Amino acid sequence: MGSSASQLSKELLSEYQELTFLTKQEILLAHCRFKELLPKESRNTMDYRVPMEKILTMPELKSNPFRQRICYVFSTSEAKDGSLSFEDFLDFLSVFSDSATPEIKSHYAFRIFDFDDDGTLDRNDLVKLVNCLTGDAPETRLSQEEMNQLIGNILEESDIDKDGTVNLSEFQHVISRSPDFVSSFKIVL
Amino acid sequence: MAFKNKNDSGYSLKQLPCCSQLKYKLIIVFRQIWYTFLSFLHSLQLWHVALKKLSGRFGTGVLSYFLFLKMLLFFNVFLLFINIVFLVIPQSLCSQGSVHQFQGLELLTGAGSFTNTVMYYGYYSNSTLNENTKSSENRSLCIPYNMPLAYFFTIGISYFITCIILMYSMSRSFGESYRVDNPHGDLAMKVFCSWDFKVIKKASVKLQMENTSTQLKELLSELSRPSCSKSLCHRLMKMAVHTLAWTISLGSTFGCALAVHYFSAYMSKNLSKNVQQTTQIKEASLLALPVVVSAFNLLMPCLYNAVAWMEQYELPSMATYIAIFRNLLLKLFILGILCYHWLGTTVSGHNILKPLCWETFVGQELYRFLLMDFIFTILDTIFGEFVWRIFSQRVLGRQRKPVFDIARNVLELIYGQTLAWLGVLFSPLIPAMQIIKLVLLFYIKKTSLMMNCQSPSKPWRASQMMTIFITLLCFPSFLGSAVVVTYTIWSIRPSNVCGPFRSLNTIFESGKIWVRKLETENANLAWFTWIHKYMVENPFFLFFIAGILLIIIYFYAQFLDGQRRIISLLHEQIDNEGKDKKFLIGQLQDIYARKRPVFGKNGKDN
Repeated sequence: MGSSASQLSKELLSEYQELTFLTKQEILLAHCRFKELLPKESRNTMDYRVPMEKILTMPELKSNPFRQRICYVFSTSEAKDGSLSFEDFLDFLSVFSDSATPEIKSHYAFRIFDFDDDGTLDRNDLVKLVNCLTGDAPETRLSQEEMNQLIGNILEESDIDKDGTVNLSEFQHVISRSPDFVSSFKIVL
Repeated sequence: MAFKNKNDSGYSLKQLPCCSQLKYKLIIVFRQIWYTFLSFLHSLQLWHVALKKLSGRFGTGVLSYFLFLKMLLFFNVFLLFINIVFLVIPQSLCSQGSVHQFQGLELLTGAGSFTNTVMYYGYYSNSTLNENTKSSENRSLCIPYNMPLAYFFTIGISYFITCIILMYSMSRSFGESYRVDNPHGDLAMKVFCSWDFKVIKKASVKLQMENTSTQLKELLSELSRPSCSKSLCHRLMKMAVHTLAWTISLGSTFGCALAVHYFSAYMSKNLSKNVQQTTQIKEASLLALPVVVSAFNLLMPCLYNAVAWMEQYELPSMATYIAIFRNLLLKLFILGILCYHWLGTTVSGHNILKPLCWETFVGQELYRFLLMDFIFTILDTIFGEFVWRIFSQRVLGRQRKPVFDIARNVLELIYGQTLAWLGVLFSPLIPAMQIIKLVLLFYIKKTSLMMNCQSPSKPWRASQMMTIFITLLCFPSFLGSAVVVTYTIWSIRPSNVCGPFRSLNTIFESGKIWVRKLETENANLAWFTWIHKYMVENPFFLFFIAGILLIIIYFYAQFLDGQRRIISLLHEQIDNEGKDKKFLIGQLQDIYARKRPVFGKNGKDN
C-alpha cells in the first residue's frame, strides 16, 4: 500500500484514479502539496501521518470555520487526533472535488456538521453550526432568543419524523432542495 | 475509501472463466480511455489559477460571470474555426488579393482597406472555385469548391450546431436548478447550504460570516413580525410609486429607441448628401451612431438603478429581476430598430446613394458596434469602478468598496454576443473580433475586481441566475439573431455587385438550385431530392413536428404536477407515521407502568 519512493508509481496513480473522483493532474498536484507538508526527514515515506496543526496551515483551510471538523472526519488514525495520511488527504480532496456526486457531498457534510459524532444533528450541534457560520465577533453573533427561534424553525422545517433531531435522510432531503450546494461545497487546490 | 491490499483480494483474475476475463479486461480498457479523456479535458482548463483566485476572494456569484464569459469564448472559437476552415482558407488560397494602403482608421471603422478582404461578405466569389484544375501550376492544390453553397451551408450548419449546444446547456442547467416548491420555507436550507467553501481569503471569510449573520437575522425578524396589513393609503402610494417608476423606465426606453431611429436616418441622409467631404471624415462620421448607442447602453442602466432605489422593493431578488428586465427591454428595442434600419431602408434604397454592397456595409456596421461596445465597457470599468472607488473612499469616506454588478455585466456580454451572431452572415471573421474582446475583457475585469470591488453583500442564487442567463442567451439573443438571419436568407435580395449570391433572388435559392442540379445530374440521389421536396419545403411536415413536441411538453408538465402531489402526500404519510410511533411508544410505556407493580408484588412475595 505505501510506497517508499517520493514519486507516485503508475499503478498507484491509476489505482487512486479508480478509487476517487479525482483526475490524474489533481492527484499529482495533491501529492506535491502533501509532500510540502511533510518534514524533511520523512519526505520519502508515504505512510507518514501529518498532524492536524500542519494541515491547518494550508491556505485552503486556514480561514475555514469547519477546518478542525474536516480533519477529524477524514482522519483514519486510531488516536482520533485529526492527523491525515496521504490517502486521507486524497479522500478529503475527492469528496470536495468537482465530480463528486451530491449524495457523497451531503453525506460528508452531515458528518462535518455533526459536532458530537452521534449520527444525528441535535440542538447542540445546530447551535455550534450556526456559531461557526456567523463567527465570533460580538456584532455578528446571534442573541439567545434569536438562536432559539432559529433552531426551532430549522427543526420545524427539516425534522420530518418529529424526534427533535435531524438525521441523515432528513438532512439530505433539505440539501436536495438547494441547487447551489454542490457548487459551494467545493475546495480546489 | 476502502483500500484493499492486493494480497488478500477475494478473486484473482485467473479464477474467472475466459469470456468474463475478456469482458472485464474490455471494461478496464474503456475506463482507462475515459480517465485519459477526462485528464485531457482537465488540462485544457483555461485560466484555472485566475478563476481560483477570484472565487477565493469573491465567491460563487462573481465566478459565475467569468464562467459565462468562458462559455461564450468557446462558442466563438467554434464559430471562427468552422468559418476559417470552410470559407476563409479556400477563398484566400484560390484567388488573388489586392493590396490597399493601410491607414490607422481602419481598425476603428472596419472600412477602408479592410473592405475588400476575406473579412466581409463582399469579397467571396459567386462561382465554383477552380473548376478547371488544369489551369496553372500554382493553383494545383485547389480542388473544385462551390463557394456560394459552401457559404450557405457553413453559416446554416454553424447556427444549427450552436442552437443544439445552447438547448442542451439550457436544459441541463434548468434541470440542475429547478426545485419543486417547498411550502415550509428555507431557513434550514440557508443554514445547511449557504457556506461557500471556495472562499479562502481571511477578509472574505469574515465578510461571508457577516453576510450570513445579517441574512439570518433579517429572515428571523421577517418571520417573527406578523405580516402587517398595510393601510389603504400606504398601498395606494406604493402603487403610485411603482406606476411612476415603470412610466419613467418605459418612457426613457422608447425615447432612446426613437432617438436611435431618427439619428440613424439623419446619418444616412448626411452621408449621401455631403459628397464633397473627404473620405476620412466620412468614415469617421460612421462612428457616430455606434457611439450614441453604446452611450445609451451605458447610461440608461444607471437611471434604472436610481428608479429601483426609489421604488424600494421588499425582496432583493425581485429588484434584480426587474433591473434585468428593463435593461433587456432597452437593448432589444435598440437592436430591433437597428436591424429594421439596416435590412429595411438600406436595402430598399430610401437613400439616393445606397451603398452598392449593402451586406459588406452591414458587416462593417456590426464591427463598429462591437468595437464601440468594447471601448465603452473599458471606460465604464475605469470610471464606474476605479474612479468611483477612489471617490467613495476619499471624498465620501465609506469603508466598503463598490460592489460588482453581476447582472448588468452579464447582460453586456449577451448583447455583445448577439451582435456577433447577427454579424456572422455578413462578416465571417467577426467571431475573431469577439474572441479578442472577450479575452481582453477577462483580464481587465479581473484586474479591476481585484483592485476596486468587494464581494456582494446580498445573497446571490448562482445556479438559478445561471439558468436565467443561459435562457436569456438562448431566447432573445440567439433566437432573435437567428430570426433576422433567416429573414435575410429567405426574403431579402442580395446585392448585384458583390458576394457569393450575386445573381440570385434570395440566398436560399442557392440551396434549391443545388438540389435541382443534383436531381438532373445524378439519378441515384432521387430519394434525397424527394426528401427535400416533401419534408423541408413542405410546411405541413414542420407543423406536424411542432405539434408532437407540444404534446410531449404537455405530458411532461402533467407528470411534474403529479410528482408534486405525490411528494406532499408522502410528507403527510411520514408525519402520520411519526405520530403513530409516538402513540405506540406511549401505549407501551403505559403497559409497562401498569405491569411493574404486579411484578414487584410477585417479587416481594417470592
